[in-house]
Amino acid sequence: MNGSENLIHTFDVEDVRADFPILNRKINGMNLVYLDNAATTQKPRHVIDALTRYYEETNANVHRGVHTLSVEATDAYELAREKVGGFINAPRPETVIWTRNTSESLNLVAATWAEEHVAKGDNIVITAMEHHSNIVPWQQLAMKKQAELRYIAAGKDGLLEMSNISKIIDSSTKIVSATHVSNVLGTVNPVDELTRRAHEVGAVMLVDAAQSVPHMPVDVQAMDVDFLCFSAHKMLGPTGIGVLYGKYDLLNDMSPFMFGGDMILEVTYEDAKWNDLPYKFEAGTPNIADAIATGAAVDYLNNLGMENVWRHEQELTAYALEQMSSLAGLKIIGPKDPTLRGGVISFMHDSIHPHDLGTGLDQLGIAIRTGHHCAMPLVRSYDVVAAARASFYIYNTKREIDELVNGISETAGYFAS
Amino acid sequence: MMGGTSGLGDLDELYEAIILDHYRSPRNSAPVDDPDVDLEVNNPFCGDEFHIQLKVSDGSVSQVGINGRGCAISQASASLLAELVEGKSYAEVKAAVDSVRRLLKGEEVTEEEQDLLGDIEALGGVRKFPVRIKCALLSWVGLDDALTDHLKK
Repeated sequence: MNGSENLIHTFDVEDVRADFPILNRKINGMNLVYLDNAATTQKPRHVIDALTRYYEETNANVHRGVHTLSVEATDAYELAREKVGGFINAPRPETVIWTRNTSESLNLVAATWAEEHVAKGDNIVITAMEHHSNIVPWQQLAMKKQAELRYIAAGKDGLLEMSNISKIIDSSTKIVSATHVSNVLGTVNPVDELTRRAHEVGAVMLVDAAQSVPHMPVDVQAMDVDFLCFSAHKMLGPTGIGVLYGKYDLLNDMSPFMFGGDMILEVTYEDAKWNDLPYKFEAGTPNIADAIATGAAVDYLNNLGMENVWRHEQELTAYALEQMSSLAGLKIIGPKDPTLRGGVISFMHDSIHPHDLGTGLDQLGIAIRTGHHCAMPLVRSYDVVAAARASFYIYNTKREIDELVNGISETAGYFAS
Repeated sequence: MMGGTSGLGDLDELYEAIILDHYRSPRNSAPVDDPDVDLEVNNPFCGDEFHIQLKVSDGSVSQVGINGRGCAISQASASLLAELVEGKSYAEVKAAVDSVRRLLKGEEVTEEEQDLLGDIEALGGVRKFPVRIKCALLSWVGLDDALTDHLKK
């Protein structure tokens, strides 16, 4: 199942590109320039093959058969969990729970840990730059518990206003939940500082790492976070599978999120005993094939080296910020300093609506995201209804950024004439 | 030179001259005093927001005001709508909304309807850009709902 002998051993972007079949596609007769990686990334042959190989050679249900295929499928599924655990330096594989995606991971914590620990008069702290999936579950819980939902504000510079966090995070705070890297502004947030403050007041720290784990080295033990969530499809893996990491003791004390097969030890007609970690949180037949393919995605990224991935994106981001700043009528939101942000650049053009810009760029084969990016309150705080966003990954090149910049100019020219 | 450059040529099918004209100079965008129908419509997918206001008397629309923020297609569509409905009876407005829906979905529109729609036919270009159909429909659907509500009162 390993196949690592097929991986490249240096990070040459042209070699990387050759591993992604979709990059050969033509869009409206043009070469695809895929710059919507914060939404989802493309998949390398290595990951696609892992999926196919599983279904062709190994397919069986896990944790319940004595036959060869079931044992092989179980081993491959658990090996993938170990790989993902290693990728974020989780202390033990049982602290890695498979979910459907980051949203489900966040909902799991809100519906179990927070449901049991947040009471009337307590507060929950999030930031002004969260994705809807890290706002709405907390709004709902706060309403239900008569708890208060507090926000750490974001300044016009795209950075969190950290000066008053000791006031916002106080002795009534039960949980702090913050995005590691903003999917709109690209800001890399000081989650270590938030974690220290949360722990000072006895609150738990949850990090939405959907935009960080795919792009930079992340070490959950060094960060000392209590929970951390991310999705496989934003890091070369398949859709429909995500991860919740949690500290062992916290997860162990939590109630199950869903009930059913695989999550029980013993069932009588009256009651049931919960299974051990991680199975307590994995009711029903899990997403076996996609978990295994996520392991393959981790292999691929490890082979490139996450330091190299981060360096590549930093280089692209710095180059893009520089090139885009020279465009008349273009306003970039988020930190000006490229070292304070990941490979996500949101922008507005003063004479073209993002949707028209998106359609124009699509005619040129360039895929960007337009809209509110599932962060409506944040986008509105910039007094716009929508923004365009370009986001980068391992297969993007400076040439593609040049094409983006030219495409924006060309589309602007079209609407100006 | 409208879209004369290499890759953007096909955009002309979406952004006909009449669309760009309405986008740049929207008609009936001034607010209406003491409106009988007053509603906000928005498309959460792209963040478009429009404020539609109508004065109605004797079973017809006597004054229209539409303003908001959106892409070229949704703005032009709202402006074309404003231009069309002024002075029309409820029944005529309802019929026009129905014609526009069919036009945008690529269904049959009679010659009589085409005459009524006039410049609005230019919106038909969205058929080749299916993801943009809801931009063009936004204000029409909003108006339809608002008028239906108003008639119930």
